[in-house]
Amino acid sequence: MLEIKNLHASVEDKKILKGINLEVKPGEVHAIMGPNGSGKSTLASVIAGKEEFEIKKGSVSLEGEDLEELAPEERAHKGIFLSFQYPVEIPGVTVTNFMKTAINESRKARGLEDMPANQMLKLIREKSELLEIDRKFLSRSLNEGFSGGEKKRNEIFQMAMMEPKLAILDETDSGLDIDALRIVANGVNKLRGKDNAIIVITHYQRLLEYIVPDFVHVLHDGKIVKSGSKELALELEEKGYDWIKQETVV
Amino acid sequence: MTTRKKMDLKDKLLSSFIAFENNVDLDHPVHEVRSEAIKNFETKGFPSKKEEAWKYTSLNNLQKVDFSIFPKQEAALDYKEIKKYFLHEIDTYKIVFIDGVYSSYLSETTHDGVDVCLLSAALTKPQYKQIIDVYFNKVASKDESLTTLNTAFSREGAYIYIPKNKAPRKPVQIIHFATGNEAALMLQPRNLIIVEENAEVQVIERHQSLTTNEVFTNSVTEIFAGKDAHVDYYKMQNDAKTASLIDNTYIAQKDKSVVRVHTFSFGGKLTRNNLNFYQNGERIDSTLKGVTILGEKQHVDHHTLVHHAQPNCESHQDYKGIFGEKSTGVFNGKIIVDQIAQKTNAFQQNNNILLSDKATINTKPQLEIFADDVKCSHGCTIGQLDEDALFYLQSRGIPKKEATALLMYAFANNVLESVRIPELKTRINKIIANTLGVRVGFDL
Repeated sequence: MLEIKNLHASVEDKKILKGINLEVKPGEVHAIMGPNGSGKSTLASVIAGKEEFEIKKGSVSLEGEDLEELAPEERAHKGIFLSFQYPVEIPGVTVTNFMKTAINESRKARGLEDMPANQMLKLIREKSELLEIDRKFLSRSLNEGFSGGEKKRNEIFQMAMMEPKLAILDETDSGLDIDALRIVANGVNKLRGKDNAIIVITHYQRLLEYIVPDFVHVLHDGKIVKSGSKELALELEEKGYDWIKQETVV
Repeated sequence: MTTRKKMDLKDKLLSSFIAFENNVDLDHPVHEVRSEAIKNFETKGFPSKKEEAWKYTSLNNLQKVDFSIFPKQEAALDYKEIKKYFLHEIDTYKIVFIDGVYSSYLSETTHDGVDVCLLSAALTKPQYKQIIDVYFNKVASKDESLTTLNTAFSREGAYIYIPKNKAPRKPVQIIHFATGNEAALMLQPRNLIIVEENAEVQVIERHQSLTTNEVFTNSVTEIFAGKDAHVDYYKMQNDAKTASLIDNTYIAQKDKSVVRVHTFSFGGKLTRNNLNFYQNGERIDSTLKGVTILGEKQHVDHHTLVHHAQPNCESHQDYKGIFGEKSTGVFNGKIIVDQIAQKTNAFQQNNNILLSDKATINTKPQLEIFADDVKCSHGCTIGQLDEDALFYLQSRGIPKKEATALLMYAFANNVLESVRIPELKTRINKIIANTLGVRVGFDL
C-alpha cells in the first residue's frame, strides 16, 4: 500500500530524513518509535504533503502512485489521514461544519454528490458515540479551548468519519490519561481491517498495549536503525533509546 | 439654452442652505443650532488629506460631483422589489426614507409607550420640545466640519425615545433608499436616539442605493444611553458600488450602561465611519465591532474614539478586515483615558488579511492614557492566513481554495458572536460566505 524508498527530506536545507525505507501492506499496523528529534513527525508530515518539507531524494508512493507532486488534499482524497500531534485551533468553524465540508469535498473529488443531511447526521452520531464524544462538543469551534485529550479524541473522530486507507497517528497518546487512551485506542481498533493500514508514531510503548502493532521500527537520526516485532517495543521500554544509539554506533 | 457653471459642492451647499431656510421654522431654537453649524462648515469646508484624520481618505472626487441637495420629485417604491433589503424574517418597527423623504407606507412607527418616529416631528411638535432641548446636538461635535454640515441641514431622520424601564417589543430598522431619480443625490439624515434609565433598544441601520447613480450620504446619529440602559446598534453597509457614506455616530453613556455597535462593511464605494463613544459614568461597557470585506477599488475608513472619563469602565474593540483586489482600508482607533478614569479596561484589536498585492490597509492605534492604574491592550495585525491551519484543512481533503475561503470565513465570522438578533446573524453569515465563496448551507 505505502512504499517509501530511500527517502531523504529537508526543511530549509536542514537534512532531517536521511534514507528511509518502509513498506506497509494492507491490514498491517506499523509502529515507529524513536527519541525526540529523530524525524518521526517529519516523516508523518512528508507523507501527508506538508509543503515546507522538501523531498531531496527517494520516493513515497501509495498503491503504486508517486505522491510527491500531489497536494495535501489530493493525498487525503486518495485515503491518507494524518492525526496531528498538535491539532490547529480554528475559531469560527464548528467541528460539525468542518467534517461536513471535509467529507463533501472528498466526495466531490471522487465525483460523488454531497452526502444527504440525514445520512451525515447518522454518521456523525455513530462515530461520535464510538469515541464517546458529547453532542455539545460537535457544535464548538474546532479545537478551540479543547483540552489535550479532547483534541486527540477529536482527531480520531475525524479519522473515523473519513475512513482512510492509511492512517498515521502522530503521538496520539501524548496528553491522554488512561481512560482517554483506552477510548482512542478502541476507536482506532474499530477501524482496523484487511484493506487499510495504520502507522503509529509514538515515543512510548504504552499506546502499543492497546493498538498492537505487527511491526516496530526504530527511527534514529533520520534513518530506521532497527525493525522487529511488537517485542522490540518492550525491549526499548526496558533499555531506553541509548541502547539503540550505542548499537548504531557499533 | 442656458449653460450653468458647475459649482463646487461646498458653494452649492452654502447656497442651498439659504433655500433650506425658506422651508423651516426660523424661530425654533434648533435653527440657531443650524446657523452656528453652517458657519463652522463655511469656515472649515470639506476635510482634506492634509488633515491627519483624513490622511488616507480623500473626498476630492465626491466634491466634483454635481449632487442634488434636495430631490426634485417624490419617488415611490414597490415593497416586493425592495423586500430583500429589510430584515423581513422578523417583525420590526421600520422607519423608511426614499431619497431622503419619509415613506409612511413602507414604515411602521409607534407611540405605544415608546416613540419610534421621525425627527421632523420631534423637531416641530411641542410635546417633544423638552427632550429636544436636552438632547439634540448635545453629543455631536460642534467643530468637526462634516458633522456640522449635517447639523446645518438637520431636519429629517429617525427619532427613537425609550423612557425609563421600557423596551420596544421589537427591533427598529432605519432604512434609506436612493431611487436614482436624481443623477446624483446627496443625503443628510439625522438620527436621535434616547434610551433612558434601564431601558433597551435594538436598531439596524442601512443605506441602499437602487441604481448605479451616484449617492453621497453624510449621516449623523446621536445616541444617549441612560443608567443601566442597553443599546445594540447594527450598521449594515452593503450598498451599491456607486454609493458613498460618511457615518458620524456619537454616543454618550451613563453609569452601567451597555452600548454595542457592530459595523458590517461589504459594499459601497467610499465609506468613512466616525464612531465616537463618550463614557460619562462608572461601570460602563462600550463595544465596537466590525467586519470589513472589500474588493475592486472599494475604500472603508474606520475612525473610532473611546473616551474613558470616569473610573471602572470597559471598552472592547474588535475589527476584522479582508481586503482583495485594489481595495483600501483604514483603521484608526483612538482611546483616551482621563486621569480620573482609574481601573479602566480598554481592549482594541484590529486584524487584517490582504488578499492581493494591490490592496492596502493602514492601521493605527492611538492611545492617550493619563491614568496609571489601567489595563489597555491593543493589537494590529496584517497578514496572510496561517499556513498550519491551511495544511490542517487540506489534510482533511478540503482543497486549498476552499480551505482559504473557509479560514477567512472563520476569521470574519468570529466577530458575529455578539450579534444578538439571530436572523441578522444568519443574514450576515450568508453575506460573508457569498462574498468569500464558501458553501454555507452546512448548518445542521
